[in-house]
Amino acid sequence: MFKPLSLAGFALAFSASASMAATNITWWHGMAGRNGEVINEVAQKFNAAQSACALTPVSKGTYEEALASGIAAFRSGEQPNILQVFDAGAATIINAPGAVIPAEDLITGAGHPFDREAFIEGVRYFYATPDGKFVGMPFNSSAPIMYVNTEALEKAGVEAPKTWEEFEAIAPKLKEAGYLPLVQSQLTWQFTENFFSRNNIQFATNNNGYDSVTDTKINMTDPNLVMMFTKLKAWADEGYFGYFGAGWNDNQKLFEDGKAALWIGSSGSFGGLQKTAQKPFTAAFLPYWQGIEGAGTNSFIGGAALFAMSGKPDEENKCTADFFQFLTSPEIQKFYHQATGYVAITKAAYELAKSEGYYEKTPVAEVGIQQLMLKSGDWSKGYRLGFYPQIREIMEREYGRIFAGETSVEDAMKTIETEANDLLARFAKTAG
Amino acid sequence: MKRVQFSSPYLPYLFLAPQMAIIFVFFYWPSVQAIQSSFYLEDPFGFGSTFVGLSNYSDALGSVQYQSIARFTVVFTALVTFLSLGIGMLLAVKADAVLKGSAAYKTLLIWVYAIAPPVAGLMGMMFFDQHIGPLVKFAALFGWDMKVGLNYNDTAIAMIIVSVWKQIPYNFIFILSGLQSIPASVREAAAIDCRSGTRRFWTMTLPLLAPTAFFLLVINMTYALFDTFGVIDVMVKDKAANNPITLVYKVYMDGFRGNDLGGSSAQSVILMIVVFVLTIFQFRFIERRVHYN
Repeated sequence: MFKPLSLAGFALAFSASASMAATNITWWHGMAGRNGEVINEVAQKFNAAQSACALTPVSKGTYEEALASGIAAFRSGEQPNILQVFDAGAATIINAPGAVIPAEDLITGAGHPFDREAFIEGVRYFYATPDGKFVGMPFNSSAPIMYVNTEALEKAGVEAPKTWEEFEAIAPKLKEAGYLPLVQSQLTWQFTENFFSRNNIQFATNNNGYDSVTDTKINMTDPNLVMMFTKLKAWADEGYFGYFGAGWNDNQKLFEDGKAALWIGSSGSFGGLQKTAQKPFTAAFLPYWQGIEGAGTNSFIGGAALFAMSGKPDEENKCTADFFQFLTSPEIQKFYHQATGYVAITKAAYELAKSEGYYEKTPVAEVGIQQLMLKSGDWSKGYRLGFYPQIREIMEREYGRIFAGETSVEDAMKTIETEANDLLARFAKTAG
Repeated sequence: MKRVQFSSPYLPYLFLAPQMAIIFVFFYWPSVQAIQSSFYLEDPFGFGSTFVGLSNYSDALGSVQYQSIARFTVVFTALVTFLSLGIGMLLAVKADAVLKGSAAYKTLLIWVYAIAPPVAGLMGMMFFDQHIGPLVKFAALFGWDMKVGLNYNDTAIAMIIVSVWKQIPYNFIFILSGLQSIPASVREAAAIDCRSGTRRFWTMTLPLLAPTAFFLLVINMTYALFDTFGVIDVMVKDKAANNPITLVYKVYMDGFRGNDLGGSSAQSVILMIVVFVLTIFQFRFIERRVHYN
């Protein structure tokens, strides 16, 4: 009974390997819609540019689902060559040293040159080791930026705010002009992680978690963060700020409909917003607090990076390295940047797009890159915290309770800090 | 019942084997794995796991958050079971009494069952959308500023309504067929003895429906505990935040989103125990009162 089966299997394996001239590699990602299509186009370009390797991209749903499937596959030895992992999941994969081959080792090992300085400032550290070696290959990066309804600002006779102090001053005028002055789409990313980075404040001990997982503690009760959320709550009560839940689109919708004057979104929102926004819009940097000393530093990379999974044969790793090399070429970076709205991650790609006059036609596309290229500070390069997706869930829960009036800002921050520190300690045990 | 005779004593086992294989591979094996990993703390990629005894259980049970999710799950399960059974029964009794056009009524009441839970959740989400939801606008007529996704209680109410709505047709089908199996002679005899329709329902119809109702009680409780996952997932839009969630959703969040396998396994074992206890309770205490024929 088993004989014909195994024979068939053998025949299948044999014919498959015989027909494959090129080395096949797979790439699991968490992009959907237009962004998913662009990934297919990137893969097609790579396959057309050379014949030794054949890359197959596979969509695994959302970012979280892509990471979960990657992990499950790794445990059963079926991992893809390349896995896309989002910002909040970075600590999970980087702290599992046997799971990936650092991108930098992979690329130099395949004989390609690798220059860290070629990447723009804001993307250089987040997916790297403490000494700066790239573990993940930054892929789609975005920055939280402020979109501006130009019509609303004209009506109110005000300028787009650079700082939150300026926002406070113009908010009553915007409200008077009949607009909801401010909405945002992700309090965790925009008003917590990037709040620390944009205002240059320490987010967690152990160098924001980069240096070690042992005994890392989060700094959620920072007086400035408490101040930010106290302000947000006060603004919400006065009708200067609208909070419509943790869902991204429920909040974005008010800006699309032209009801909100300012919206904190992602630099990657720009492509979609061009189609959906009913009023002309422009963009500016994410505001910071003038009153905080040293504030105004750059924001760090959001989005996701590509990781080369370990346990693959050398010829496949060579193909992965070739693909990473291909990805960083200015032409591909520029293509990806313009097709999706994610920022260009290398200086060369940025210069190329600039020299072609892309930003004169579409100035909004430049805001994210410029914000990532602002001067950096000690605490502006992001964080590396284990179980961070769960920590974000705790933040989302408590932030929601703040705006529902069920808790005070101080209590919410204390709860987040306690629960997050428990999770960090738990993560240190699993990684240790 | 007549005993079926097999020529060989092994033949029945052979017939049972495929079913047993499926149960073993898809139910027992994963359960054993879950129990095993619930005692370990493990890094997501499986490089090392540390035996931590019962600490995954004590962490979960000791967490304030877990307790509040458990409380919500109890309330949610009770309300969804009670309402979907109650409304299903009311509709079935009334539809059974309709003489003209009964087929049309019955079909209309049944077809909702064909909607998959995520789709039901999606429809519910649109009905209760903060910006465009018709039910939110309807609530506003009564001065109720409903904020689904923002206000805990409002979201809870919306979830219960959608889950109940989704389950009513299922109960309706079973109760209706249960009603139709009550012999006409019994009904007529009851109608002669008692004029009050309500009284006839409580003294005659309901006891005769008891086997069906008991079966539905078990099914509805498991539905509310587990199958509402799709509704909840869609309604919280992937971001639970401060919205109510059930225990099974928490297992998913910690295991699949948070990659905490040990903690998530412990939670699923807790759920397994809950179901086990519930089943025993139902069969020991409630089924005794049910009379089959």
